[in-house]
Amino acid sequence: MQIDLTVNGKRASLDVEPRLLLAHALRDSLNLTGTHIGCDTSSCGACTVLLDGVSVKSCTVFAVQAAGQEVTTIEGIGNADSLHAMQEAFWSSHGLQCGYCTTGMIVSAVDLLRRNPDPSDDEIRSGLEGNLCRCTGYENIVKSVRAAAKAMRDGTDRHSVRELMPLHPPAVDPPPSGEGIIPKQFQEANA
Amino acid sequence: MIPAAFEYKRANSVDEALRLLGEHGEDAKLLAGGHSLIPMMKLRLAAPAMLIDIAGIPNLDQIDAASDPLTIGALTKHAKLAASDELQKKAPALWDAANDLGDPQVRNRGTIGGASAHGDPSADYPAVLQALDATFTLAGKNGTRELKAAEFFRGMFETALGANELLTKISFAAAPKSAYVKFHHPASHYAVVGVAVALTIDGGAIESARVAITGVGDVAFRAAGVEAALKGVKTNDADGLAAACAGAASGVQARSDTFASASYRTAMADVFAARAVAQAAAR
Repeated sequence: MQIDLTVNGKRASLDVEPRLLLAHALRDSLNLTGTHIGCDTSSCGACTVLLDGVSVKSCTVFAVQAAGQEVTTIEGIGNADSLHAMQEAFWSSHGLQCGYCTTGMIVSAVDLLRRNPDPSDDEIRSGLEGNLCRCTGYENIVKSVRAAAKAMRDGTDRHSVRELMPLHPPAVDPPPSGEGIIPKQFQEANA
Repeated sequence: MIPAAFEYKRANSVDEALRLLGEHGEDAKLLAGGHSLIPMMKLRLAAPAMLIDIAGIPNLDQIDAASDPLTIGALTKHAKLAASDELQKKAPALWDAANDLGDPQVRNRGTIGGASAHGDPSADYPAVLQALDATFTLAGKNGTRELKAAEFFRGMFETALGANELLTKISFAAAPKSAYVKFHHPASHYAVVGVAVALTIDGGAIESARVAITGVGDVAFRAAGVEAALKGVKTNDADGLAAACAGAASGVQARSDTFASASYRTAMADVFAARAVAQAAAR
């Protein structure tokens, strides 16, 4: 059946089977592969997106249920050229290791700060109860959310780390190996 | 995991939902938040031919905490219950359960009506709503009928809701001295054992108690023995309260699974009953 929804601010029109899960619609139909599927049983939270502004597990929502609604995925939270404060904080506070859970973790953390702009460590932990991480032991995730909350409250969420560490290689003329993805200062340190 | 194929329709009113249910009968299931039904469909434990999405029916997601009895629309999401200050004051057992259920994403999506109608033997609301002695309003094509929570929850995944009926609201008298305490399953957050208690207190002693337990047997049940034993016990007599909670699940066939044996569940029923009574008495 035909559904219309708004994804990251853009209208999307999809022809879907009713049984298509929102997570699959985002990944396979709209190529928004930042939404990850981890457990596929509504436990791990890797597939978390915002639906009309609140966090949901997109593996447990049919795309047809989201018709007429607004979906925000990690791609709509921020991108490499303009990272969200939460993304910058996960980067600078080492809130990830393998990174698989990170996109869902960031979406949940954004929703948490919407409800509670100044959470205690306990409130961060309970606010992220629906997101599992098998690498970090959560310490640096809590630290990241705390840092993002502070940056957002202080209005200093645009710090210089983005300029120092370009994520994207230039679109044309790929750089010689080793450049672009790895920031220069780290290449020098490794040389 | 991909569920079996189904047809999907949205109902915009109770009447429309009932009409669609009438047309499709037992092949159809109502879909609200979907957080009980969709996981079962993904495992193909459920394969309805038709889903009737009732999430958009207006005015079924209201908390009326100013009225007596309090009334909760069936489509009220757990997150809305968890955020209600009025509910925290007037029926803290339900507020406890809503705050402790699943995780934030699940609470943003799941509804009290959907979770109740699912009849999961480890769900929280069946205990809470029995301790609150709640009344369920079921709409059918010949009008509505009302059932007490104890009649509504019948067995494992079995309720009194007919195939052509829709649960519209749940109401109960205020119970400011109530609490719900559970032993979480660490992964699913369902109750391994959950105990809901509603007390009235007179002169520092328990005047009446309703105690209901979920997670232990095939269906949540009232612990009549504990309710009787609690009468007259001073609320500051911790040993007396704990003694009254002994044998909370006696006579109930407890379930065993990989996480908790039947005897463990039975033992924990006493422990969590005592904790819930203490918490309710302290409110």
